[in-house]
Amino acid sequence: MTSMPDTPFREEAHDRRRLLMERSRPGRTGVTLPASDVPPQLMPEQAMLRDDLQLPEVTEGEVVRYFTHLSQLNFSIDTNFYPLGSCTMKYNPKLNEAVAATPGFALAHPAQPEAQVQGCLEAIFTLQTYLQEVSGLPSASLAPLAGAQGELAGILTLRAALDARGDGHRRKMLIPDTAHGTNPASAAMAGFQVISIPSTSGGDIDLDAVRAEAGDDLAGVMFTQPTTLGLFDRNAIEMCRVVHEAGGLVYGDGANMNALLGRAKLGHFGFDVVHMNLHKTFSTPHGGGGPGAGPICVTEVLAPFLPGPIVVRRDDGSYGSEMPAQSIGRCGASQGNFGVLIRALTYISLLGGEGMLNISGNAVLNANYLLAKLRSLFELPYDRSVMHEVVFAARKRAGATALNVSKRLLDHGFHAPTMYFPLVVPEALMIEPTETESKETLDAFIETLERIDAEAAADEEFLRGAPYETPISRLDEARAARRPELRWRPAEE
Amino acid sequence: MSVPEDRRYSKEHEWALAERDGLVLVGITDFAQHELGDVVYVELPKPGDRVTQNAQMGEVESVKAVSELFSPVSGEVTAVNDDVKNAPELLNESPHEKGWLIRVKPDDPAELDSLLDAPAYAALIE
Amino acid sequence: MSDSPLTSPFIPNTDDDRAVMLAEVGTSAVEDLFGDIPEQYRHPGLALPAPIPEMELRAEMTALAQRNFHAGEHPSFLGAGVYHHFCPAVVAPLVTRGEFLTSYTPYQPEVSQGTLQGTFEFQTLTAQLFGMEVSNAGMYDGASSLAEGALMACRVTKHSRVAVLDTVNPRYVETIRFYAQPQGIEVYQTSPTSPELQPDTACLISQYPNFFGAFEDSQALVDLAHEHGALAVMSCDPTALAMYKPPGAFGADIATGEGQALGIPPSFGGPYVGIFTCRQEYVRQLPGRIAGRTVDTEGRTGYVLTLQPREQHIRREHATSNICTSTALIGLWATIYLSLMGKQGLRHVAELCHQKAHYAASRIAELPGYSLPNDDPFFQEFVVACPKSPAEVSAALQQRGIVGGLDVSDRYPNGMLLCVTEVNTRDQIDRLVDALAEIGR
Repeated sequence: MTSMPDTPFREEAHDRRRLLMERSRPGRTGVTLPASDVPPQLMPEQAMLRDDLQLPEVTEGEVVRYFTHLSQLNFSIDTNFYPLGSCTMKYNPKLNEAVAATPGFALAHPAQPEAQVQGCLEAIFTLQTYLQEVSGLPSASLAPLAGAQGELAGILTLRAALDARGDGHRRKMLIPDTAHGTNPASAAMAGFQVISIPSTSGGDIDLDAVRAEAGDDLAGVMFTQPTTLGLFDRNAIEMCRVVHEAGGLVYGDGANMNALLGRAKLGHFGFDVVHMNLHKTFSTPHGGGGPGAGPICVTEVLAPFLPGPIVVRRDDGSYGSEMPAQSIGRCGASQGNFGVLIRALTYISLLGGEGMLNISGNAVLNANYLLAKLRSLFELPYDRSVMHEVVFAARKRAGATALNVSKRLLDHGFHAPTMYFPLVVPEALMIEPTETESKETLDAFIETLERIDAEAAADEEFLRGAPYETPISRLDEARAARRPELRWRPAEE
Repeated sequence: MSVPEDRRYSKEHEWALAERDGLVLVGITDFAQHELGDVVYVELPKPGDRVTQNAQMGEVESVKAVSELFSPVSGEVTAVNDDVKNAPELLNESPHEKGWLIRVKPDDPAELDSLLDAPAYAALIE
Repeated sequence: MSDSPLTSPFIPNTDDDRAVMLAEVGTSAVEDLFGDIPEQYRHPGLALPAPIPEMELRAEMTALAQRNFHAGEHPSFLGAGVYHHFCPAVVAPLVTRGEFLTSYTPYQPEVSQGTLQGTFEFQTLTAQLFGMEVSNAGMYDGASSLAEGALMACRVTKHSRVAVLDTVNPRYVETIRFYAQPQGIEVYQTSPTSPELQPDTACLISQYPNFFGAFEDSQALVDLAHEHGALAVMSCDPTALAMYKPPGAFGADIATGEGQALGIPPSFGGPYVGIFTCRQEYVRQLPGRIAGRTVDTEGRTGYVLTLQPREQHIRREHATSNICTSTALIGLWATIYLSLMGKQGLRHVAELCHQKAHYAASRIAELPGYSLPNDDPFFQEFVVACPKSPAEVSAALQQRGIVGGLDVSDRYPNGMLLCVTEVNTRDQIDRLVDALAEIGR
């Protein structure tokens, strides 16, 4: 029996992916709206108005079928193992969503007087104290709207503290070569000169390189602990001491906090500012690229400079929000992504302190299990026990490059690891399992990687064509970038 | 990897070709385009701008990387290849011919002598 | 009875699993895996409350939410950049489908076409609504979007001053300062009635309609910017753009907006989505993510993140912005809202806002002690000069079960900025008018 040709299916698939404007038919609508119930008012003069508005005209049923179909073209945590290194793609509890959608939270307006929003303010205050406890730092601002904005806000807080003590000439910011790209980008936006610091062969920061830069123009260092190599950096505590002794301050990127929950506190190591990604460590959903939240916690010395507003508890037990005395200002119009904050608060409250220990313990165990089981397939650039993730180099088998292995994983229903990052590891595959995956899932993942390795051994070319089973095959990214098509346009244009 | 004998090369993988009218044509080498992968965008100086030997004169972007372009000669830009601005793939398809970048009126034609000749450049990229 | 043992509903590893895995790793206790942390720092203790079971936690959180006095239970006339608009019931269940909600930034396009095509739709619809050539995939919120617009204008013009009209949302101005000043960019304010641009100005920033709800001579402002070699940057309310000329029609170079108005719950300040649109020629200076259309190896249409060399993960300290995780999901919310509303629906919403706001304004203007200090055309917001301090009026309105407007007495004596949208019924407006009358006596 011959199999059905797949062309008809593909055409149908194409049809199901028609854009909204291609589906639009004059006269259709997806909504019912009331007529005006007030006496007619004068309309503005015609010259102020437009008559060219183009928006789709489609029915509710069409919208539902279209977006449901689109959703089914995605991998997600709810449908797939998603071992994307440094992204902490853990299960996102549905309770978080239910709480955030509670009308009292969802319909609270950010400009209401404090007396009307005590529930929101108390929630923020409580989360503030929890994050201070987790980080080991005494003050916090929950205003930053994402991790990268937390970095910018944190590094500006650091800069303001330097400026206030007469150290405005300190503009050199050290950043390890393993750092996430947001670190140098944030430092540059904050007006610092970025100096890249190498790592040792053991995967720790090179202390000699730090000492060589530790002069009186040193502003500080931006450092991720555990590092993007998935390692607890054994030199970082000494690095903090060296930087402090030289008069600099230390910024801690808490992107990988999942490994440390309840195990250690960044503030104890000597970090002066720490940002956290609530959409990683504290289980708020990533949403295909946000929203996130990037609260920052700081030492007492830096607290007066924090971005605001910050929620305070007043003597009468009520809550209010205030700008710190020498605040660096506002990073957005409101007081943070409250909808994300309330999800994180729900998560921490549900699991409590002992739950935090279970998270870090199982996340680290899962990563080390993958390390032990996969080391025969890949090179291991730093052969030591890891924290929340493990970074391999896909260099053992011709044809089984990081890209090709990643693409073939998609065919088996596994999302790819982070590829080609950190930059210091050629052919890097950065795998972060998180604590919410079972041993059975990890074993299936391991088995799949072994099969892929066998496929590459049998036919060097085979993986280059992957993925074969996904809704679409490899895309021509060069074409997209050479002549950017960034929106639908009517045919006659 | 093609390394034409008719021109000189910089260590930064640009070539410089002396033309009959005393002008110098500048581009990137076959090796450079190969290393970059699919070139998607080129940022170049404008006619009338000055370029300086070994100083940055523009940028070339591939899908997931960006590299600085360094001028192999000093002088005034007299022409820019608009074709590569509109079709950056020319840098991949024809780096030594259709994918040329700028034409320069050199301050000192002897400056080209400080560049590598073809055998030396071929040795560099071995 | 013992304590509930069910404290980790999200962790599958059993004690047996852990024993097997530890054996594979070659150690006997999870604790050993943390051996790189010096002992004196290990196990600092975590003073967090004990776990709260879902049933109790849900009740606690609901009780906390009920401590808010909110628009779900009381009519609200508060806007000031965040608006209560009707949103059809179908939007939330689509947006919160797990495949959208729990996916990451679409780094693997073959298994992220849903997010990528949704983003392409967002870019299409926002560009059309704003009458601009291109849009990016969205920014954190309207304020940060405008601030990044100011930075982009500086990159495009290579100038280092930013002029902001004094009728722009003051919190947006603070956000612009937050972003611009560390880079040595000077932010100064000027008035819409007699705007003056200093040399080296990268852009003139206006708000449409302005913070006080009114329309200014946008054409004159755009022209003035261009005469001075500056870009015209406009921060716009998307709902108003269903009815009023879009920024593109005035020749604006960059136009941003707060996407919250597109049916997104106020949620005490976020998450929202910042809209960012501009001229095609500036695409390589855009901050943030951008989806583009292309084809796969078999010629099928598909979408990818494109123009990535602008971004931090490639250009690092030379990136156009540090933005990474943004607000894709809220952009999807706005996209689905716009597709349901369509051109007729959104226009109707805008006209309802206009009608109701003007009805409210005309009635309040007749009340003894109240007046309207502005006579410029307005959309859905207007300033009322009250007979008492706005704080007093607001508290008195709360006693009468109404969320009042924003206190703008720093700008207008006893000024309150009121907002009326399609969700406010005539009955609610009449209640507001009656309450104000009573409070004014």
